[in-house]
Amino acid sequence: MDMSVDFAGLKLKNPILTASGTFGSGLEFKRFGDLESLGGIIVKGLSLKPREGNPMPRIAETPCGMLNAIGIQNPGVEDFLTKKLPKLPWKTLPVLVNLYATDAAEFGELAAVLAGEEGVAALEVNVSCPNVKEGGIAFGQDPRQITKVAEAVKKNAGNKPVIIKLSPNVTDIATCARAAEDGGADGISLINTLSGMAVDIERRTPRLANVIGGLSGPAVKPVALRCVYQAVNAVKIPVMGLGGIATAEDAAEFLLVGATAVQIGTANFLRPDTAFKIVEELPKVLARVNAKSLDEFRGSLILPK
Amino acid sequence: MSANNCRAVKVVDITPLGHSSPGEEIVELKLEYPGWESGWRVGQFVMIRPVSWPLDLIWGRPFSISSADDTTLTILFQVVGRGTKRLMELSKGDSVNIWGPLGSFFSKPKDRPVLMLAGGMGIAPFCGYVDSHQQPENLKLFFAHRPPLENYPYKALSDKVEVEDIQENKPEDIHTIIARVEALVKEYGEKNGLVVACGPTPFLRTIQRAALKYGVDAELSLENRMACGVGACLGCVCKDSEGHFTQVCTSGPVFKATAIDLEG
Repeated sequence: MDMSVDFAGLKLKNPILTASGTFGSGLEFKRFGDLESLGGIIVKGLSLKPREGNPMPRIAETPCGMLNAIGIQNPGVEDFLTKKLPKLPWKTLPVLVNLYATDAAEFGELAAVLAGEEGVAALEVNVSCPNVKEGGIAFGQDPRQITKVAEAVKKNAGNKPVIIKLSPNVTDIATCARAAEDGGADGISLINTLSGMAVDIERRTPRLANVIGGLSGPAVKPVALRCVYQAVNAVKIPVMGLGGIATAEDAAEFLLVGATAVQIGTANFLRPDTAFKIVEELPKVLARVNAKSLDEFRGSLILPK
Repeated sequence: MSANNCRAVKVVDITPLGHSSPGEEIVELKLEYPGWESGWRVGQFVMIRPVSWPLDLIWGRPFSISSADDTTLTILFQVVGRGTKRLMELSKGDSVNIWGPLGSFFSKPKDRPVLMLAGGMGIAPFCGYVDSHQQPENLKLFFAHRPPLENYPYKALSDKVEVEDIQENKPEDIHTIIARVEALVKEYGEKNGLVVACGPTPFLRTIQRAALKYGVDAELSLENRMACGVGACLGCVCKDSEGHFTQVCTSGPVFKATAIDLEG
């Protein structure tokens, strides 16, 4: 079965990408599989300047999921472009860069830095990080800000597709999806993590130094699926689905509700070769459910009458 | 190294050592050797996640490689939480996913005296250190522990190298341990020795202070909570000597005492 997809002009050999924050710069996973077999990788969120991130502890295991409050620790965009990107097989592997900034102007500035970079296939804009004190989720919860950020990035991104990554921590995800589309985004991805908390009753302390963090993993999959379903029906631009995908069957569920592509996130920690295995397994799963093609299967959910 | 260094291997044997208290057992887990073509180095670690674990345990768990030969890889663990409790429930023949060998490793100079400082489960990597060292007569192990010695693979080590131990029975014992560690570090500095250490952070902090005070070469193996073990999640960072976060899984777990800041 032909697994290739076109996502907002981005040619992907299959619809399986790896989610930002769970796959490092990609180089960390070279020893676990053939990176070029993936549809694409989305690298850890980058900011204009290096960021130290939040104090420890930053991660906690929760029922069927994990909480994190890393705080966008990253070496800055220049460091990635000069030290990491040249080592990635970007000519045959679409490398998408996830952007983090604290206001629309800074997002625009970051997009301008990346616009001329041949090795960067597309920009994914993080308007939804719940783990940083400044900015972050405030953008993702205000549709006007989503539009403003999308406009600022699109204006400076040259011909690179711009994907806005949405937060599930909102009342109406469809409105946020439309806000991204209104700002000129070429696609959207969702969901980022759900705001969550875990505490230790022995020590009477929060499990994260940041107190509140982002919940991800299989625990969030039903929420993610619902958000993707609602977003797909709200916009004309393509949607990447993510949140709790750990198997090819999970990936197929997101495609069934209309996602054009999917991202594998926390499941990369279950086994570091999870994404590679899903690439192998997805055609078999689609064949098993009698899908004629990826296009035929996508969005073919039969709703109750 | 193979393209896919994550493999499922079988449990060869799993045995609680000695007679630890229920819920605090110290366990020796032997697995089929995962077939690492490039081998492994002492101080490196593996991530282990049993195939049978359901999704309520998301992460694998990091463990120092204790020892290995062509057929078997051995790790030691103490039952301290949900993951290790479930690990103890494994039986011979069960499958576990294992990825590694990961991280940095200890130096093994053959012509300098080496002091191995182990705190509790920090004894694990020194089994392999002793086994693979070309001049074991140059080695000495100092072991600070709470459970009795019979709960650790101590006898096997004491048959091969010079050993000394202190059991921490009461809070005051910690002062004796600190004083002895400091004296030993100073002594090995005076004879141009190397100190290698593994154990809880307060234990390592004591060693680091002594090493910096007396200008002694020391290598410290840190442990930390990790989600991935490969440098992707950024959940296991510590502060380096310049105050920046660095990943224990990929920059470590073995750091030079001068390279990290354990005081924060």
